[in-house]
Amino acid sequence: MEAFLNQLPIGLSIGAVLLLIALGLTFTFGQMGVINMAHGEFIMAGAYTAYLLQDLTGRMAVIVALPVAFLVAGLMGLILERAAIRHFYGRPLDTLLLTWGVSLVLQQLARDLFGAPNVQVQAPTWLQGGIASLPYNRLFIFGLAVATVIGIWAYMNRTGAGRRMQAVMQNRQLAAVSGINTARVDQRTFFIGSGLAGVAGVALTLIGPVGPALGTYYIVDAFLVVVAGGLGQLRGAVIAAAGLGLLNSYAEFWSDASLAKVIVFAAIIAFLQFRPQGLFVLRSRALT
Amino acid sequence: MRKTAWCSVVAVAALAATLTACGGEAPANKDAAAASGGDGDIKVGILHSLSGTMAISEVTVRDAELLAIEEINAAGGVLGKKLVPVVEDGASDWPTFAEKATKLIRQDKVATTFGGWTSASRKAMLPVFERSKALLWYPVQYEGLESSPYIFYTGATTNQQIIPGLDYLKEQGKKKIFLVGSDYVFPRTANKIIKAYAAANDMEILGEEYTPLGHTEYSTLTNKVLQAKPDAVFNTLNGDSNVAFFKQLNSAGVTAEKMPVLSVSVAEEEVKGIGVDNIAGHPVAWNYYQTTENAANEKFVAAFKAKYGADKVTSDPMEAGYNAVYLWAEAVKKAGSVEVEAVRKAAGGIALDRPEGLVTIDGESQHMYKTARIGVIQPDGLIKEVWNSGEPIKPDPYLKGYPWASGLATG
Repeated sequence: MEAFLNQLPIGLSIGAVLLLIALGLTFTFGQMGVINMAHGEFIMAGAYTAYLLQDLTGRMAVIVALPVAFLVAGLMGLILERAAIRHFYGRPLDTLLLTWGVSLVLQQLARDLFGAPNVQVQAPTWLQGGIASLPYNRLFIFGLAVATVIGIWAYMNRTGAGRRMQAVMQNRQLAAVSGINTARVDQRTFFIGSGLAGVAGVALTLIGPVGPALGTYYIVDAFLVVVAGGLGQLRGAVIAAAGLGLLNSYAEFWSDASLAKVIVFAAIIAFLQFRPQGLFVLRSRALT
Repeated sequence: MRKTAWCSVVAVAALAATLTACGGEAPANKDAAAASGGDGDIKVGILHSLSGTMAISEVTVRDAELLAIEEINAAGGVLGKKLVPVVEDGASDWPTFAEKATKLIRQDKVATTFGGWTSASRKAMLPVFERSKALLWYPVQYEGLESSPYIFYTGATTNQQIIPGLDYLKEQGKKKIFLVGSDYVFPRTANKIIKAYAAANDMEILGEEYTPLGHTEYSTLTNKVLQAKPDAVFNTLNGDSNVAFFKQLNSAGVTAEKMPVLSVSVAEEEVKGIGVDNIAGHPVAWNYYQTTENAANEKFVAAFKAKYGADKVTSDPMEAGYNAVYLWAEAVKKAGSVEVEAVRKAAGGIALDRPEGLVTIDGESQHMYKTARIGVIQPDGLIKEVWNSGEPIKPDPYLKGYPWASGLATG
């Protein structure tokens, strides 16, 4: 019974990790419809940012790196959008191939710059230990996920830029004729979405490996959350991440890790049969 | 438009399938002879994962093998010819290993290949090498129960690593064991052996858990281990998963004093990525450590650091890969040719002083006599030996010398 109860916070903390890695995608994939396979590599860039800052800041690297990684990954995203993706809008399959190629290039770049072996990012000492079955670093990630969601919500609903972003998402043509510079909104959306991947990367250094292949371990999960939650839906992503986290933790508890993955995938496939548009749907009058 | 695209995809796939099928069938022993002829060079293949989840480990083995080739060339080469490495990337993908092995044998016509890490990659390459009658030198400890005439195994088999590891846990009074491994052939077979050993040695297996390669979420598994309260964990995880496992185990408050985790796939190189904080004090089982004391090792460590950087470490699979090149070169010198059958015949009984100590090729099984060593991870990231078998152990891949293992070889 105790072990059973322990799984509840574990499931939620897995959900928090899923949410963090997927939040950026709700922007780029959800809002803009860009299937960005290089999202995982922006996560990796965030993790390596923490690694590099370690030399300057020691054990505080994880904290200092959060804003820096946001900028680094965001700029990478911006460059990718400006240099390549904007020429491929409306061509999802080409974008998929393009960004996949970019992801391979970035992985190899990381391998050449930092070497193939994993590197270590030391966690702050005050993140060691924990309450019962929940380590402090998990709580930190949980808190970070909550804070990020609140931040995004406030940005999208309380700022002009956020509202313009929503307008473009809901009806691009109408937004454009209303005088919104949609190209600029796209840049900003891509910057934020990629930057959030960087933030997730910093958080992942607390629990996982930091290596060139880091992004590949999380990219599929990130897409699952966004697809299950409904494109571009913040609350959809939150609920889907929590649900998948809990499902994952209990499925693994009762079976094993390999089978749990099968169960989660099967559940998502079944779910999408009934709700192909995900948990929440954006109601729009746009003719698309 | 759409339809044509699909048609061409299908056509290309069909063509590729046919090519692979043809590629594998034809005998290639002539090619091995071709490798020695002509231009005064001998091509050798190096086939490791330079990308993907296994790259963390395999890149270092490639580096060690290239170092050995360089050293041998500097000393005049083999049979008066220079060795030329042809490096291919297995990409942590087992079919790719088979495909690249075929390419090395048929297209590059290499005299021999050094490669592989995971057993899955070896199992994928085995039929390719057997069919083409070409040689593979496999440098990593593995689960045993195999002895291909076209593979030389320079890493440990189970009775040189896993069984000494279990003996060590038993000596330490650890009777309740939890098994954690990656979900593929090595951990599953190793755990079969461990369970048979436990049954015969009054040890209890409290649980057996597998996670997919590349898995990074270990909180549930940690919870399961903590609930079972074992004396020790026997860890056969491979690749990046070890980083996530030890980080999350450590943050859940598991220490080496309370519950040692004995690993058989974590060496000096992996310790750096895991973070010494997270793994110091836990035991590992291998045949070689960077700290192993002898003249050959001093030379190896110094040469490796000189070539690749002073912050680099050396580990058991690297050493086994480094040895493989020297052992093959020795066999070629003895045979007077790179022809596969001659090399195989000449290899038996070759004994060299290597960084791990005396290594002798057992001609019958094509495995090595190796000394088993248990080490404990130190706060500086190196591994200190705490126990060794005293002398090289005869390889016994089918565990014929262990009555409790009698049911395993067939099962």
